[in-house]
Amino acid sequence: MKFRYDVVIVGAGLAGMRAAIAIAEKNEDVSVAMVSKTYPTRCHSVCAEGGTAAVFDKEDSLDLHAWDTVKGADFLADQDAVELFVSECPKEILTLDAWGCPWSRTEDGKIALRPFGGQSLNRTVFAKDRTGFHEVHTLYERILQYPNIEIFSEYFLTGLIVENDEIKGLTAIDIKTGELTLFEAKAVILATGGAGRLYGFTTYSHNVTGDGMAVAYRCGVPLKDMEFFQFHPTGLVPSGILMTEACRGEGGYLLNKDKERFMKRYAPEKMELAPRDVVARAMWKEMIEGRALEGEHGLYIALDLTHLGEKKIKARLPLIREAAINFAGIDPVEKPLPIKPVAHYTMGGIHVNKNCETDVKGLYATGEVACISIHGANRLGSNSTSECLVFGRIAGENALDFVLNKDFKLVKEDEFFEEERKIEEIFNKNGSESPYAIKKELNEVMDNYLWIFREESGMKKAVQKIKELKERYKDVKITDKSKSFNTDLIYTIEIGYMLDLAEAVAVCALFRKESRGAHYRLDYQKRDDVNWLKHSLAYKTADGVKVDYAPVTITKWEPVERKY
Amino acid sequence: MEVIFRIKRFDGGSSYWDEFKVPINMTVLEALFYIKENIDSTLAFRAFCRMGICGSCAIRINKKPMLACETQISKLEKETIELEPLKNFNVIKDLVTDFEGFFKKQKLAKPYLIRKSKGEIQQTPKQLEEYYKYTLCIKCGACVSACPVAKRCLGPAPVVAAHRFNRDSRDEGKEERLKALSDHIWHCHFVSDCSEVCPKNLHPAEVVQKVRLEVLKFNLGW
Repeated sequence: MKFRYDVVIVGAGLAGMRAAIAIAEKNEDVSVAMVSKTYPTRCHSVCAEGGTAAVFDKEDSLDLHAWDTVKGADFLADQDAVELFVSECPKEILTLDAWGCPWSRTEDGKIALRPFGGQSLNRTVFAKDRTGFHEVHTLYERILQYPNIEIFSEYFLTGLIVENDEIKGLTAIDIKTGELTLFEAKAVILATGGAGRLYGFTTYSHNVTGDGMAVAYRCGVPLKDMEFFQFHPTGLVPSGILMTEACRGEGGYLLNKDKERFMKRYAPEKMELAPRDVVARAMWKEMIEGRALEGEHGLYIALDLTHLGEKKIKARLPLIREAAINFAGIDPVEKPLPIKPVAHYTMGGIHVNKNCETDVKGLYATGEVACISIHGANRLGSNSTSECLVFGRIAGENALDFVLNKDFKLVKEDEFFEEERKIEEIFNKNGSESPYAIKKELNEVMDNYLWIFREESGMKKAVQKIKELKERYKDVKITDKSKSFNTDLIYTIEIGYMLDLAEAVAVCALFRKESRGAHYRLDYQKRDDVNWLKHSLAYKTADGVKVDYAPVTITKWEPVERKY
Repeated sequence: MEVIFRIKRFDGGSSYWDEFKVPINMTVLEALFYIKENIDSTLAFRAFCRMGICGSCAIRINKKPMLACETQISKLEKETIELEPLKNFNVIKDLVTDFEGFFKKQKLAKPYLIRKSKGEIQQTPKQLEEYYKYTLCIKCGACVSACPVAKRCLGPAPVVAAHRFNRDSRDEGKEERLKALSDHIWHCHFVSDCSEVCPKNLHPAEVVQKVRLEVLKFNLGW
C-alpha cells in the first residue's frame, strides 16, 4: 500500500494531536495523516495525572516559571527555548478550555491551580488527577472536526526515508493486515513519546518503546542527553503504576519506617515538593540505609494521604484512589500506600532546536520523543504535558510553513523494497533466542546499573551486557508466522529499538563524569560546570555509539548551587 | 497456585479453544503477558496502560466484558476462566477485535464542544459536576459488547459522549447534536446490560433514556 500526505505525523498522543490541529486550524487544504500504533485515546499521554504548568496566578510571572524550570533542569536546559515555552503555556490552557477540557475550577469559576514539585507558586492547571486523559480526549474530539486530518490507527513505524538530508516519507506496518505501507510526505513530525520501557520498574504503558527515537537514530539523527532519565518518587508497589505528584501537592507525606517525614533532612524548605530527582534520591538513600519499610514485594516508602480526609481525596485524587484499591488492594483514605521511585520520563530524545527541527530538512520531532531541551537534566512535574501542547503546536505550524509551495520527492521503488527486505528479514528469523528473555535481561541491566545511583563499574557492565544482548538479538526467533495482528513481530522489532536506545543511554551516562539532575554518580558526586555544562549528542555508527557535545544556551541565568 | 485460562483463539480462518495454566496472583492482563512471553508468543491481545484508563484491553472474561488489566484473577474465584473477544465486533485475531467502526460511530454523535462565542470562559465547580461523570468514558467497547442491539444503532458509548457535551455549560451545540442523534437512538430495549458492565460505572442505559427524552422533546418542539 502507498499513501501520500503533505504532512505525516507519527504518534497520536498529546504532542502529535496538537500538531495535527495546529496545521488544520491554519490551512484546510494541506493534507495531514496521523499514523500511530494505538488508537489516539489509547496513547500513553492518558496516563499523565497531576496537571499542566502555566502562569495564571497574579503573584506569578513568566520569568519565575522559566527560572524554576532552569533550576529544576540543573542548568542543562536551553534558556531561549524555556523562555519561549513558558510564554506559550497559558494560551494553550485557554485554548483547551474553549475546546472542552474539563479543567478543575475555583468556586468563582476560574481555572484552578495546585502546587507541584519545584514550582515556586501554584502553577499547575489540572483536571482532577486525570489531566492527561482529559487533554487527550479533548484533542481527539477536536480532531474529529477537521476533514483534512486522516487517522491511521495501529500502524507501526519501521523506517524513515531520507535522501540528501531531506525527508521523503516513511514506512509503517499496518498491524491489522501485516502489510508494509509507504507514506510519502513533504514533512514528517515524530511524536512517538519516550522510551520508558527500557526499564522494568516503570510507570510507562507497555507500548512506550522509543520507536521514533530509534528509527531517527538509525537514520543518523543524533539523540541528545539520553543519560538523563527521570525517576518519579511515587510508583505504586509492585506494579509501578504512577501515584501522581499531586498526592504530595495536595498535602501527602513521605514516611520512612520510623514514620519520619525524612525529606526534612534532604530539602528542609520544599520537603516533599522538592523536584523529583532530589526526592527520588532521598528515598533511595533511605531504602539502602535501612530506613525503608518492607513488605511481600520488598522495600518501600509510605505515601501517607490519610490526613487529607475522604472528601479531599475523592474530589482531588479520585483516580489515585481507584488505582490504589484495584492494583494494591489499599484505600488511601484508610492506609498509607506502598511506593518507591520508578522510571518515569525520558529527558533526552531526538536532537531538535526550539522550532522542533532536526538537521534533516522536513523532519520534526515534538513531545517526549524530542529533546529541545527545556527539561535539561531533570524535568519539573507538570511541564511535560505543557511541552506537548506548546511544542506540538509549534512543530505543526513549522511543518505547515515548510510544505507550502513544496513538491513531493518521489520515493523510488528500490527504497521501499529495501525497507520491505529489512522487515522480511526479521519476520523470517528462526533462531534460538526468545525476544522476551532478551527484553527481561535488558530491563534488569537498566534497573541495576542505570538507576538512581550510578557508578563507573556498573555502567561499564551495562554497556558490555547491552552489546551481548544485541548480539543475541541477531539470533532471535519469531514464532508467529502469520500476517494479521502479529504482535510477536511488532514486540520483537520494539525490543530491537530498545537495545539501540539503551546503548546510547549507557554510553552517554558512562562518559558524563559528573552528577547533574537525574544523572547521579557515586564516583563523581558534584556538578562540574567547567567540563560538563554541555549536551551529549549520541550518533549511531558502524563502530557503535559515537558521542559528541553541544553547548547549552544561557540567556539570563548563570548556573548557581541548587538547593531546595 | 494456578488456574486454567481457556482462550478462544482465531487465526483468520478458524476459531478454536486453547488452554494455558497461569499463576493466580496476578491480573488477567499480566497472565496474558505471562502466556505470551513464556508459553505461546503467537497469542494476540491488546494492552497498553495497564491501569484502567486507556480502554484497550476489554475482553469477555467468563462471558462478561471487563478490562483485563483491572481484573485480579483471584477475585474471579474460579479454577477455569474463559476468555473471549468482545461481542458485536469483528474478530481480527484471538482476543483482538476491529474498532474502526466503533470510532466511526462516535463521530456521528458530534462528541465535541460546539462553541461560537469567544473570550475567557467561566465554569463553576457545580456546573463542572453536571457533566464531569460522563467525561470518564474510556471508549473500551464493553457496553457495545453487552448491547443486544448495538449492531443496528450507535451503541451506548457515543450517546454518553453526546450527553457529556449536552450538559456542559460551555457548549452551544445541543440542538445540533440532538438532531444528529435523532435517527440513531430508538433501538435500545433498555435491558440495561451496558450499565451492568461499564467499568467506569457511567450507567449508559440511563443516559440513553435521558437523551431519548431530550430528542423527543426537541423533535416535538416542547
